[in-house]
Parts: sequence; structure tokens; C-alpha cells
Amino acid sequence: MSIAINSEKCIGCGSCKTVCPGSLIKLNGDGKAYIKYPKDCWGCTSCIKECPVYAISFYLGADIGGAGSMLHTEPEGNILQWLIDRPDGSRIEIDIDRRESNKY
Amino acid sequence: MKTKRLKTDILIIGGGTAGCYAALTIAENSDAKVLICEKAHIKRSGCLAAGVNALNAYITEGKTPQYYVDYAKKDADGIVREDLLLTMSERLNAVTERLEKLGLVILKDKNGKYVTRGDRNLKINGENIKPLLAEAVGKLGNTTVLNRVNITDLAVSGGRVLGAYGIGIEDETFYIIEASAVLIASGGAAGLYKPNNPGFSRHKMWYPPFNTGAGYAMGIKAGAEMTTFEMRFIALRCKDTIAPTGTLAQGVGARQINSLGEVYESKYGLTTSERVYGTVRENAEGRGPCYLRTEGITKEQDESLLKAYLNMAPSQTLKWIESGLDPSQQNVEIEGTEPYIVGGHTASGFWVDTHRATTIGGLYAAGDAAGGCPQKYVTGALAEGEIAALSMIGYIADKSPESIEKSDIKAHIGEAERFLGAGVSPYTTEQLEEAMQTVMDSYAGGIKTGYRYNESQLAVAERKIGQLITLSDQLRAADNQELMYIYELKERLTVCRSVIAHLRARKETRWHSFAENLDYPEKSKIYGRKFVNSVLENGEIKIILRDINEGGAAFEHCDKQ
Repeated sequence: MSIAINSEKCIGCGSCKTVCPGSLIKLNGDGKAYIKYPKDCWGCTSCIKECPVYAISFYLGADIGGAGSMLHTEPEGNILQWLIDRPDGSRIEIDIDRRESNKY
Repeated sequence: MKTKRLKTDILIIGGGTAGCYAALTIAENSDAKVLICEKAHIKRSGCLAAGVNALNAYITEGKTPQYYVDYAKKDADGIVREDLLLTMSERLNAVTERLEKLGLVILKDKNGKYVTRGDRNLKINGENIKPLLAEAVGKLGNTTVLNRVNITDLAVSGGRVLGAYGIGIEDETFYIIEASAVLIASGGAAGLYKPNNPGFSRHKMWYPPFNTGAGYAMGIKAGAEMTTFEMRFIALRCKDTIAPTGTLAQGVGARQINSLGEVYESKYGLTTSERVYGTVRENAEGRGPCYLRTEGITKEQDESLLKAYLNMAPSQTLKWIESGLDPSQQNVEIEGTEPYIVGGHTASGFWVDTHRATTIGGLYAAGDAAGGCPQKYVTGALAEGEIAALSMIGYIADKSPESIEKSDIKAHIGEAERFLGAGVSPYTTEQLEEAMQTVMDSYAGGIKTGYRYNESQLAVAERKIGQLITLSDQLRAADNQELMYIYELKERLTVCRSVIAHLRARKETRWHSFAENLDYPEKSKIYGRKFVNSVLENGEIKIILRDINEGGAAFEHCDKQ
């Protein structure tokens, strides 16, 4: 379980670094965020929800059956739009309204 | 290293659920100065970083707080403090309403009543529960939050807490904090045992890998009485992603089945530990893998499950999508996790009185750190934060912070500087952590042995953990983050040592899997009436067996300082 940060998209705002519950994300010499301790990521996706430019995705490690899909979210107001990009280029979108409770 | 000295009325160690709520309570009921020290950032720290899918402790219509007490007591087979459960249960509904006022979405029917899931649960959208609590704390006038300050030790003198020591992870600073009262709200302990996936995904675990048992370790080292570490918590989870199973079991009524398609859960019983035990046995007897039966649920249920998991454990939703099969098309494989020590689910933690005061004067505990009161979940942790906060306000009324002795400060700074100083350790912190997890896995009832152990194995575990404690003193750190890793390892080793002593002391098997002692495979009448408690005295763990008192009468420490 870990995250990938797209350094081309990253604007170096440090929001991901701030919220990481493991203090695992740092800024490199160019002021871009990177995950210094990828094996220590819990997979909580806090950083992904914070990133204003959607530069962070999250994936399942191969050791737990990951097959290369990347998950990220693009929040729009009350809607948390989750996007899953699969290796074949297809994309799946699941929208969650923050005002609605889980059914279960 | 720079040093910074701070003074406050109340120090809260850990800005998670219990800690944040304690700060809110103090601000509402007094003008005491509060300092929260949080090793990460309170917006997304602790076990609720990713969110939470339901409120699992609520007194539903027609039920009473005593009903909840009876449920928790039965689940723990009697090893609980009813006074703690009752005082918590009495506050569950009020804290829930408060959460809603803070902005938490709770499902209501058309009459404005909460919609319940089963007898004790409410349906919510809890993805943002931690940001909501953090935002409320941020508005408090007398509360200061120090993010990325990791508290490593308590300052205690003459049986009273005087404050605590910590390290700034980003500012390379050593903190000396003096306080009239201190609340331990630092959570439980993960990472003691080898995890399900020890490789790249080693931190894909149920409980936050950043909760290292710091509070327990500080208490143990300071001589506080601790309770019931032998009641380990093992969660039944979705395989690989270690995502929660309750949503499947309670949400869509999925039953536990083996590879033959037989529903096996009824064969072993339905308490938390029995659900794990049944799965272990079915696998051991050749009827694995085990699953939660989701095949045949509706498409609408599929969609709701994908969303529900995104709100608390996104990995499971990703797993479903990557496999190309929805839950209605494939059953969800389940497994037990490695054991954790967590007082919000079992009864492990500080031995506290009804007011949540520990046996050290001025030191309080709440949430996963406090023992005797299982099945707290989120709302129970809030309730305990509230109770502890009100108790601390009373305690500090006639006290002001006392100065910590210079020699004590010097010793603690000296230790940190030694780890940061010159010298070479033959091992890295990571290597010793792996060694610790291997020892606990093999000799103290980890996944490897189906959670079972005997006295000979525990003796080996004790010896090997002792060796690792010695080796850990030689570790070296290049910066304060690495220094935090050394302290975290040392905390875990301290907790491991106590867990082993507690497992040895309960000479029975009261809870399958949670504490399965092969030398004593049955329940014992004697131990069924006892708490196993411990105190560290002159470097040795002293076990104290305390009687269980029936009923919810208030409990006070008779030998309190």
C-alpha cells in the first residue's frame, strides 16, 4: 500500500506533508513533495484528499494483489469524486456526496 | 539539540478522538490552559485519519446504558470494569449529538430520528470526522496544539506527574513541558507482532501503524498500574486490504462461510474473539479459505458497498474494481490480523478509577489508552475524553505546575543526544523492529502459531525481547524523525515485555485467539474472577491479581498517592 506523487503536477504547497499521519512525506530540493518512506504508508488517503492539483494517487502493493490501478479523488464542493485509472487506460468514477450517510 | 520549556495547566498527549474531545470539554467548563501534543497533525491523526464508517456505540431507542454494559461484559466474558462501562455508556448519546452539531452527517428517518444499524449502531458519513474535531479544537482560545511533537516520557516525582518530555520531529527541538495534570490519549499499540503482509505492504494494517503504544510504555516506565494486556485484539478483516468486515456482516448480512460453502460462524459463537477463532480453526482443519458470503447481493448493494468502503478503507473498493468483480459476484475472503493492544476494543490499558485517573497523581487516561472498558469505539473514546477532562478540571483547581528537577531533565536530554550522537550500531531500528515482530509472532501467539502459545514459548519470547531491549540502546539516529523511530521501537518493546508477562499470568484460556494458552486450554473459575494487573518495580514486572467487582459501583484507587 502506498502512494505515488506526480512531481510534474506538484506545486509544492506542502498540504500532503502536513496531514500525513506518519510524517512520511517530505519536500525535496526543488520544493516538490515526495514520499520518503513508501513502505510505511498506511493507505489512509489523507494526502490525496488534500492535494489541490490532484497530483497524488494511491495503489495496492503487488504483495497484496495490486494490479496497477491508481486511485485519486477530485473533491468538488460537497461531492467527493473518486477516480480509478486502470492500466488499460480506462477510468472508473464513483461520486460520494459528503452530505449523505453510508447506507451500511 | 535546541531545548524549549513550556508550562501549561493540562497537557494532552495525543490529538486523536479522545484528546480532541477532552480539549473541547475543558474549554467549555473552565479557563484552564491546555496544550495538545500530537506526533502528526490533528487534522488527520490517529485511527480515524481515513474516516470511520459507523458509530458503533450508541444507546438505541428502548435500550439502556446497562444494556450496553451487559453486551460488552458478555463479549469480554466478564473481564470488565462495570463502573467504567456504565459511566461511558451514560454519555454515548450526548456525545453523538455533539458530533452531529460539529458537522458529522448521521442518517435520520423522516421523523428526524437516527437510523440504527442493529442494536447499538448508527449510520453516518464519517470520512471527515477528524477534520471536524480538529476544526472545533482550532477555535478554542485557551488551547494550543503542537503538531509534530512526539512525547516520549513522563516526568514523575513522588508518585505525581509533573509533565512530560518530547521531541519535535521537524524543528529538531527537545521539549520539556510542565503541567498540573496530564491526559494520556495516545491510542493503543500496533506493530508489536509480525503483520499479515510483512513486505512492501507491512503497514496495511487495521490499526494505525503510527500508534506505537507510547502511552502504555510511558505509564509502565513511570510505575503506573496497568491492566489486562493479555486480552489482545485480533480483528477479522478482508484479506490483503485488512479492511473492516462489520459493514459486510451487519450492512448486507453476509455470513462467514468456509470453502465448502458451510456457514461456520454459528459453530464457534459470535463474540468478537470467537469469530476470529472459528476462521483460524476452519483454515487449520483444511476447510479454508474462509469468506464473507456476498455473492447474490443486489447491484444496489454493490454500489453502496463500494461507496461505504471509500469512506473508510478505500483499498477494498480499489481491490474490487481491480478484480473486475463486484461483491455480488465474488465472496470476500477474510483473515485474522496480527494481535494489537487496544483499550477501545478490549480491556487493555491503564488501570484507572471511575474518574479515569491512573495510579499516578495527576495522570489520567482515555480512549484506547485506558483499560477495563472495552467496546468503546469512537463515541466511547469521546465519552472517556469528557469524563477525564471534567476530572482533571477538578484535580487542578488547587494545584499549580511544579518544576521538574534539573537532574531528571538532564538525564532525558542526555538520552536523546546519545541516540543522535557519534557511534555505530550494528543494527538499524528497522532491523530490530522486524526482529521484535518475529519473536512475538513465533513465541507469543502471533499469526504463525494460530495465535496460540504455551509457557515455554513465552519464556523464550521474554528472553529474546530482553535482548532486543539491550540492543535498542545502541541505536543511532541521523535526525529527529529517526530519533522518533528509535523511541517508537523502545515503546513497542516495553509493551511487548508487559504483554508477555500478562499472557503468562492468566493461567487459563478465557478468550480463544485473543489469549489462547495451550498449557491451560480451559477457562478457570479463579481467573474468571480476576483482573491481571501489573506494575514495574525496580525494573521487574510485578503481577497483581485484582478481584472483579460486580455492578457499577464507583471505584477509587485505595493506595493512590
